[in-house]
Amino acid sequence: MAKISLQDLRHSYLADPKGDEDWALKHMNVEWSDGGAYALLGPSGCGKTTLLSIISGLLTPTEGRVLFDGAEVTDIPPDRRNIAQVFQFPVVYDTMKVYDNLAFPLRNRGMAEAELDKKVREIAAMLDLEDTLKKRASGLTADGKQKISLGRGLVRSDVNAILFDEPLTVIDPHLKWILRSKLKELHQRIGTTMIYVTHDQTEALTFADQVVVMHEGTVVQIGTPVDLFERPKHTFVGHFIGSPGMNVLPCTLDGEMPYFDGVPVPIEHPAPGNGGAERLEIGVRPEFVSFADTGIPVEIVRLSDVGRYQIVDVRHGEHVIKLLVPEGAELPSESAHIRFDPAYTRVYADGWIMG
Amino acid sequence: MTNKIAYPKAWLFVLPVVALVAFNALIPLMTVVNYSVQETFGNNVFFWEGVRWFEEVLNSERFHASLGRQLTFTGIILSIEIPLGIAIALTMPTRGFWASVCLVLMALPLLIPWNVVGAMWNIFALPEIGLLGQIINGMGIDYNFTQQPIAAWFTTILMDVWHWTSLVVLLAYAGLQSIPDAYYQAAKIDGASGWAVFRYIQLPKMKRVLTIAILLRFMDSFMIYTEPFVLTGGGPGNTTTFLSIDLVKIALGQFDLGPAAAMSLIYFMIVLLLCWVFYTLMMRDEEP
Amino acid sequence: MRKVVWLVPTLYILFLMLPIYWLLNMSFKTTNEILGAFTLWPQRFTLDNYIKIFTDPTWYTGYFNSITYVVINTSISVTVALPAAYAFSRYRFLGDKHLFFWLLTNRMAPPAVFALPFFQLYSAVGLFDTHLAVALAHTLFNIPLAVWILEGFMSGVPKELDETAYVDGYSFWRFFLRIFIPTIAAGIGVAAFFCFMFSWVELLLAKTLTSVAAKPIAATMTRTASTAGYELGLLAAAGSLTIIPGAFVIYFVRNYIAKGFALGRV
Repeated sequence: MAKISLQDLRHSYLADPKGDEDWALKHMNVEWSDGGAYALLGPSGCGKTTLLSIISGLLTPTEGRVLFDGAEVTDIPPDRRNIAQVFQFPVVYDTMKVYDNLAFPLRNRGMAEAELDKKVREIAAMLDLEDTLKKRASGLTADGKQKISLGRGLVRSDVNAILFDEPLTVIDPHLKWILRSKLKELHQRIGTTMIYVTHDQTEALTFADQVVVMHEGTVVQIGTPVDLFERPKHTFVGHFIGSPGMNVLPCTLDGEMPYFDGVPVPIEHPAPGNGGAERLEIGVRPEFVSFADTGIPVEIVRLSDVGRYQIVDVRHGEHVIKLLVPEGAELPSESAHIRFDPAYTRVYADGWIMG
Repeated sequence: MTNKIAYPKAWLFVLPVVALVAFNALIPLMTVVNYSVQETFGNNVFFWEGVRWFEEVLNSERFHASLGRQLTFTGIILSIEIPLGIAIALTMPTRGFWASVCLVLMALPLLIPWNVVGAMWNIFALPEIGLLGQIINGMGIDYNFTQQPIAAWFTTILMDVWHWTSLVVLLAYAGLQSIPDAYYQAAKIDGASGWAVFRYIQLPKMKRVLTIAILLRFMDSFMIYTEPFVLTGGGPGNTTTFLSIDLVKIALGQFDLGPAAAMSLIYFMIVLLLCWVFYTLMMRDEEP
Repeated sequence: MRKVVWLVPTLYILFLMLPIYWLLNMSFKTTNEILGAFTLWPQRFTLDNYIKIFTDPTWYTGYFNSITYVVINTSISVTVALPAAYAFSRYRFLGDKHLFFWLLTNRMAPPAVFALPFFQLYSAVGLFDTHLAVALAHTLFNIPLAVWILEGFMSGVPKELDETAYVDGYSFWRFFLRIFIPTIAAGIGVAAFFCFMFSWVELLLAKTLTSVAAKPIAATMTRTASTAGYELGLLAAAGSLTIIPGAFVIYFVRNYIAKGFALGRV
């Protein structure tokens, strides 16, 4: 187990990167603490697999250093970094039996048969693979194969971190849930650092203690699921997390008070000044928007029933704002007012939170 | 690999292929079968002969001899070309300028019309005026493929290896390129040796492609005609008279259409049987 | 060990180039010189053979005819083989295993067997002496080849890829064209090249089914090798020239065969 540090990391796939867009990973410093369960979340193309490959050693970064427990591993190949990786598609050695698949990494390191037999059976029990040990790996279903991939990583007791690259992509939906719980259970049992890459926020938010959100090669925010929900540091995080995502509306600042279209929007922690930002916005989640007697005038445009609550689309001018109301709640007539909960309303300058 | 879905309408996908191939295959097949059971003395007059030709051919010493030669030849060819082809595919560069150079150069022998191949090797290997002939004789070995059966066999085999190994190389190479990176990455993480990677990842993933290569080389070498015919004419004597050459001699030389047709069918059955056995063996551990 | 590895393809290529150099050597000599003496390069360098080919209509039209029917054949073969190979690879249906094997059986008979029946068949449908006739006749052995090769590559692509695409919202055709085909690019490149190659070098049927209008290079070359005497120099020059179109084809598909496509997903 190890603490992983990425220092001054930058990566480009091009030999001669010039502009900002040539860098797949923009400059970053990230620390992953020992034994943490992390999710690396972001849309396709944001750089998460690149980052994962740099941690595992399959890719050497253009700039920067990778440290495991303070020791530099930037130039050390994957098999000597003691990491395990589970890929998107199940990677198993088809011609071998399940037992031999699990034993393979240990045999390559010269472990004695008696010893590795214990380890293999222990891991097989943990992953519910015991009845399949004698079968050929190619005969298993997709989730079985992914478990084998995972198992090959777990058999090695000196594993520093386990890296998952969207491992549930090919699993049937009803099995996804089971596997996800299994992973969480495993983490609690063995305490190894786990980094889980995904573009699915549900997976990220249920698995991880800390979520690292990435966008266009930059780490936008690291925080607990609650943090990300209540205090998104970037409008992107607000959009991406939560369903429906955060409302983002242009605003102006007069002193410390934000104004939306002339209507003051009080917030709990006003930020000083605006540092010359080009774009000022208010962000507030639909969960924290409610109808009121005074406030921003709107007209109700649409109502969607999502079961336990309803999503109401209201319009002010050319802006559509979403808010949630409980099931069966009374809605005001056509025109109404809404207010934003000051505790959860934020101001963003050029996308980044102020204050 | 997961199971296939049962989908009767898949026939539509296959229909164009079946139509085109059947159009070409059925009528000649009927014609050959027709000939094989009849006798003619010319003038398009045919007499029913039943299985006489089949019996004659199967019992003839001549047929046994050319079959024996053919099996030996094909056996040697396969045992050289397949491992050699795989070895070359493994050691070729995978991308970049040199990969292109290799691919283009290796493809060249395949593109030469087969009669030209025979003719150029004929000159190439002649002791007096050919480069190969000069080299071998220059090393002190008495070499003359027009007179010595061993030399004739050596030259024919060398010619075939030169001509066709690239087919195996191309198939194996393409097969190797199709293995997703993740497998190599996982192997790296597992600490697998180069040999383990070959044995557990590369070879299994190339299985289908190699099966095609083996079947193709088997069939084509079994039916080989033009190149050895132009090179040695089947000689010296009949030491390099393989099945096809013998067949044509009988059909055209003696104009015995009946026996020739029967021989073609027997010939066809042998290839069919051996291919089918091989194919079934290779595919037996795939799911039904 | 790693340094020496490149020795293998290098030696192999040298081995391949030796007879080809010899072929080129012969093409610049007169037939008399070829048969008369052993010389590493032409004593009396002559371009006559090539000139004859470029100026004699029967020769150069032969090239165009060959290229025409080979291109038609390759296009047809690969195009119809793609859906069939996909069906064989992904679906089960009545008679699928037998059908698959039956396709290959069409390559198991000596071509001589087909000469006369094909002549009768294609004359009967009025296609004698057309490019289409040869192109269609060659599909007999090229389609099975293409189907088998493509199926082999398609089966190497996990079905999970198909399913992931559907989950991501792709329609079948969009998936097929934008995701699946690039994945099996190596297989398509190889299949296309082999179809081209086998059709290009096939002599017997090409000769049998044509007389004047679509007469291929093959016919003219076998005439040269008649009993009246080998015009070796001419044959060598013709042989050298036949390499060129095929070299173009392999060059063209090289990026599909070598790993030119990076399927990275971030």
